[in-house]
Amino acid sequence: MSETKEKLFKGGGFLTEDLQANDVITPEDFTEEHKMIGKTTDDFVEGEVVPKIDHMENHEFEYSIDLIKKAGELGLLGADIPEEYGGLNLDKISSAIITEKFARGGGFSITHGGHVGIGTLPIVFFGNEKQKSTYLPKLATGEMIAAYALTEPSAGSDAMSGKTTAKLNEAGTHYILNGEKQWITNSAFADVFIVYAQVDGDQFTAFIVEREFPGVSTGPEEKKMGIKSSSTRTLILEDVEVPVENLLGEKGKGHKIAFNILNVGRYKLAMGGVGGSKVGIEVATKYVNERKQFNTSISSFSLTQEKLATMAAKTYANESAVYRTVGLFEQRMGALSDEQLKDGREVAKAIAEYQIECSLNKFSATECMDYVVDEALQLHGGYGFMEDYEVARMYRDSRINRIFEGTNEINRLIVPGTLIKKAMKGELPLLQAAQKLQEELMMMMPEEVGEATLEQEKYLLKNAKKMILLGAGLAAQKYQQKLADEQEILVNLADMVNEVYNMESAILRTEKAINKDGEDKHKQKLLYTQVYVQEAFNRIEADAKESLIAVEEGDTLRMMLSSLRKLTRHTPINVIAKKRSIAAKIIEEEKYVV
Amino acid sequence: MNIYVLLKRTFDTEEKIVVSDGRIEDESAEYIINPYDEYAVEEAIKQRDEHGGEVTVVTVGDEESEKQLRTALAMGADKAVLINTEDDVEDGDQYTTAKILESFFEDKEADLILAGNVAIDEASGQVGPRLAESLGINYVTTITALEIDGESANIDKDVEGDVEKIETALPVLVTCQQGLNEPRYPSLPGIMKAKKKPLEELEIDDLDLDEDDVEAKTETIDIFLPPEKEAGKVLEGEIDDQVKELISLLKNDAKVL
Repeated sequence: MSETKEKLFKGGGFLTEDLQANDVITPEDFTEEHKMIGKTTDDFVEGEVVPKIDHMENHEFEYSIDLIKKAGELGLLGADIPEEYGGLNLDKISSAIITEKFARGGGFSITHGGHVGIGTLPIVFFGNEKQKSTYLPKLATGEMIAAYALTEPSAGSDAMSGKTTAKLNEAGTHYILNGEKQWITNSAFADVFIVYAQVDGDQFTAFIVEREFPGVSTGPEEKKMGIKSSSTRTLILEDVEVPVENLLGEKGKGHKIAFNILNVGRYKLAMGGVGGSKVGIEVATKYVNERKQFNTSISSFSLTQEKLATMAAKTYANESAVYRTVGLFEQRMGALSDEQLKDGREVAKAIAEYQIECSLNKFSATECMDYVVDEALQLHGGYGFMEDYEVARMYRDSRINRIFEGTNEINRLIVPGTLIKKAMKGELPLLQAAQKLQEELMMMMPEEVGEATLEQEKYLLKNAKKMILLGAGLAAQKYQQKLADEQEILVNLADMVNEVYNMESAILRTEKAINKDGEDKHKQKLLYTQVYVQEAFNRIEADAKESLIAVEEGDTLRMMLSSLRKLTRHTPINVIAKKRSIAAKIIEEEKYVV
Repeated sequence: MNIYVLLKRTFDTEEKIVVSDGRIEDESAEYIINPYDEYAVEEAIKQRDEHGGEVTVVTVGDEESEKQLRTALAMGADKAVLINTEDDVEDGDQYTTAKILESFFEDKEADLILAGNVAIDEASGQVGPRLAESLGINYVTTITALEIDGESANIDKDVEGDVEKIETALPVLVTCQQGLNEPRYPSLPGIMKAKKKPLEELEIDDLDLDEDDVEAKTETIDIFLPPEKEAGKVLEGEIDDQVKELISLLKNDAKVL
């Protein structure tokens, strides 16, 4: 991996950069330690968590607390915590693998994620020496459990508009907090809450609030549709005296913490999405191999195979994209000095550079999981609708992922918004690229695509990037400052950008693997890539067309559509045949395999 | 105490066995520590933690076996030895392994040697007892409890579901049965430490052996999967008729009477 560490990539840079296979980090680059960490996590979740899910679904949270402590004993809480505070300070890939593997634990993965991610990381990133040494060692062992309290009844997506107040007392020793925080994960048993409140009415600030502080209480357990095995309550703050030394970061700079933590929360949810998708494929495949109708197991029907193959191809693309993003964090942190690495703020900054990628991964991987569990349930037929089968719970558990940590709609809007900001600031050469494209399109002749492995996919990727530039350039020109009001167009663009990121990640991953051990060993990867790229390209084409038609009319539209046709001209592959080959392997192995 | 564990790398228990051209396909197989050997590793760590000393895990295998040794180190073993026979031994058997281990242990002062009851792949259960015989030390197979007190060892031995209580003296070799303990998961700190623990690699040459010394005593003639289980048959009618039919089936169809 050393050659990749020297190169630094800009967040969102992939739209105009021409990347090589060696530029991305892939699951095939995992070290032996990574694999061992994955196995320990897998064994722990399978052996300890899964047998307790039913208890936790009944809100017997003593099991959750016990499991968090057991996870702490194994080091599964300390990956992101520095060694001097009792953590393991592992690389981000290890931490991502742990998150992915916890997905099998259903709602407990949310308990774990709420603790190690959004609960603990604000202190890791923004805590001062005293706060870190007070809380982190106990959070690393699970002696203390953390929660994150941002949302309020009237402040959801508009998170900074919270009404919770913090007022310095006369002695200047304590802030007095009042307010209610809603839907707080881990609230039944958390010992520490990261709470956001407005100081003097408008200075949005984060605090570390201990459960034991007088005035802290929680409401009744919410009745949720899914992730029932995690605790969700309202956190009630009534004249809570929080010592001034528990103010986290800077007064009035709470949004900085919130935004940075959201980035991390998002990529971690994406990891969970990938993990959940893999579990969904496994559960579905085992069932269809077992279930017989018309005297034959239903896995022998090609329609079953089509479903499994689509699930797996999507999972492959998302897995490639999410680990690529984690690789980007690693590459950027590799460029930090030891001194900087010790400063959580620098680490958070390195992650924030990839805000676009975090948002893309979040909505893409959570929708991948939702698609997979929906199809997995469908393949179970009526049995899938019965709670006796775990697929019903997986279906319910999955749904929230499209909502929390920024709804997928908000995350979509972030993508073009941030891209345009970066272009305006001159950080990304998007405007130049869009201009160059306009000239190019005038003279563009159809290209002959060769037969070499992945050549067609790379060609489609190149043209998909151009379609984005075409659409974005046109929309920016037409609406200028008012583009933010055209949410449908922005979302189309976000979807196109996402497909491009996924396509490219799959292509580069497959290419990297083939370069290393030859095509024979990676047939499945190649099939996934071919199928995903073809189908993603079709979706991009539809989005581009819809957007152009909405933005332009008359002769200009006709000209634009003809440009689009030039970009989409290609001979499509036979997706149906390729999916049968994909499914054959999955059905044989009874799980997602690459 | 000087504690040694004999460990074998085996197929994952979830692997499907595919035989082609008289060989088991191992192309894309996943491997694990033989589950019975995991009990041995766990017991070794526990005994060391109680009585002090050092745990060394030994395997006869190839380069790939290093992964399973690292896992044992991550669980808490102190040292590992890989006796790599990749270049020297084509088709070894239990004799081969026991012979190699005998040479390895020649200059070692082992107080306790632990092995799995059987390996889940070939399931001979021979290597441990053979090694103890050739080293001239006591051995007890299929143990489910082990108490060491000074030079004596109190052992529960599983005998087809019953328990035999045995008292013996160190040095002793034991093979471990399910129920002995609950093997721990390698912890993350353990995994990170395992990287730095010593792992020595030897070839049979280093043990003053050559290929002829360890040549297998058995020859594998064929490898085949058990026949697929067919649907059962339910006899109907009067009891007497059922009995008659059963006897006839056992005589004529199954030919067991």
